[in-house]
Amino acid sequence: MSKKENFLKGFFKENPIFVFLLGMCPALAVTAVFETALGMGLLVIFVLTMSNIVVSMLRNVIPNDVRTPAYIVIIATFVTIVGMVSKAFTYDLYLALGVFIPLIVVNCLILGRAESFASKNKVLDSAIDGFGMGLGFTFALVVIGVFREFLSTGGIIWGEFLPFFVDQPVTLFSLDMIINLFNSDFVIADYALNMFSLAPGAFIALGIILALIQGKSARRIKKEIEIQKQRIVELKKVALAKKAAAAKLVKEAA
Amino acid sequence: MTWTVFAVAIFNAMLINNVILKQFLGICPFLGVSKKSSSAVGMGAAVTFVMVIASFVTYAIYSYVLVPYGIEYISTIAFILVIASLVQLVEMILKKFSKPLYKSLGIYLPLITTNCAILGVAEGNISNIYTNYGSSGMWLAVFTALGTALGFTLIIFAFSSVREKLESSNVPDAWKGVPISLVVAGIMSIAFLGLQGIL
Repeated sequence: MSKKENFLKGFFKENPIFVFLLGMCPALAVTAVFETALGMGLLVIFVLTMSNIVVSMLRNVIPNDVRTPAYIVIIATFVTIVGMVSKAFTYDLYLALGVFIPLIVVNCLILGRAESFASKNKVLDSAIDGFGMGLGFTFALVVIGVFREFLSTGGIIWGEFLPFFVDQPVTLFSLDMIINLFNSDFVIADYALNMFSLAPGAFIALGIILALIQGKSARRIKKEIEIQKQRIVELKKVALAKKAAAAKLVKEAA
Repeated sequence: MTWTVFAVAIFNAMLINNVILKQFLGICPFLGVSKKSSSAVGMGAAVTFVMVIASFVTYAIYSYVLVPYGIEYISTIAFILVIASLVQLVEMILKKFSKPLYKSLGIYLPLITTNCAILGVAEGNISNIYTNYGSSGMWLAVFTALGTALGFTLIIFAFSSVREKLESSNVPDAWKGVPISLVVAGIMSIAFLGLQGIL
């Protein structure tokens, strides 16, 4: 596997959330708004990359019998670091994520990558794998977060939890902007589906997204099966034609 | 603390702030081990067993070791180590003293170390109960853990029963498997939303 493939596999082919269903707890819990989802993703990218590097460095030192506790301690160290850093620099994000920052320790994705990739591969490859997988995880979280925030408020806001680039929260996009061109009395927030910011909306939104992905792959598989069937029919036709020709030759000879 | 406090804590943790449907902890076993109701019950029993012991031990360690020495910041590392070794210990004790119990719970115990509900409840006890009651809130923490675990068992059992029915029903290709299960969980979550505001 080339380095580029190794980096890109986390996005679509081996996406941790959409394909492998790993790390579902944060995918449901912190995606009510797009910003907390992005913040969670950034923390996971750091922890996953660093733990993959350290596990890969120590892969010949750690005895096989105690490898899981050793990996957990390595991961927990980096989780404590990101907890402290987020408390110091992005306090709103720290409060919004709450218990889910220490819970990065038991995120199956991180332990799974340490176990299945970093413990068998070289340091650079493991770092690329961790970074790519982390980006894929972040991508999935952001997709769910945008979906839910857009349905529950009718717009996307930046700057509430991640105070980068702006001092005040800014509306990046809102349906009000389009509606105001025609009719200014209508406010989209009155008609938004508030359920998607609550607990049931998390399950249903993720269900809808997974169904979209599954439907697409099911259609592709169906198409492939149909193409194969057609090929088999054609092959059969060719074989029958050959047989008929051979039979004819035999008849003529007789 | 009176018994009403404990009863309210159990009711609150079990139904109102349900661990799966409200707090989103323990989703991996919720989706992974809920295909058959017998395995769902086994998982629920194992989680109950470990969660009660783990929250007792972590609370004691936090209030009698970490706080006196001023090293609360390593609580995550300490808790996950305690839980991992506790699971090993429980497995060994069960193997030695209770063969039938080990046979029914044994395969679920290794999965519990990475069950975020256990660590989540331990951390939640510290941030919700320790800050209000100090080291005297130990029993409240244990009863909260018991309620949480009972809520987990209840939901995973109900969900697995629904899922057994779903297996034999005619679902569109796109929704087969996990997507329809997530929507079912969402509908259950709507039902539990109705309990909010009782207390």
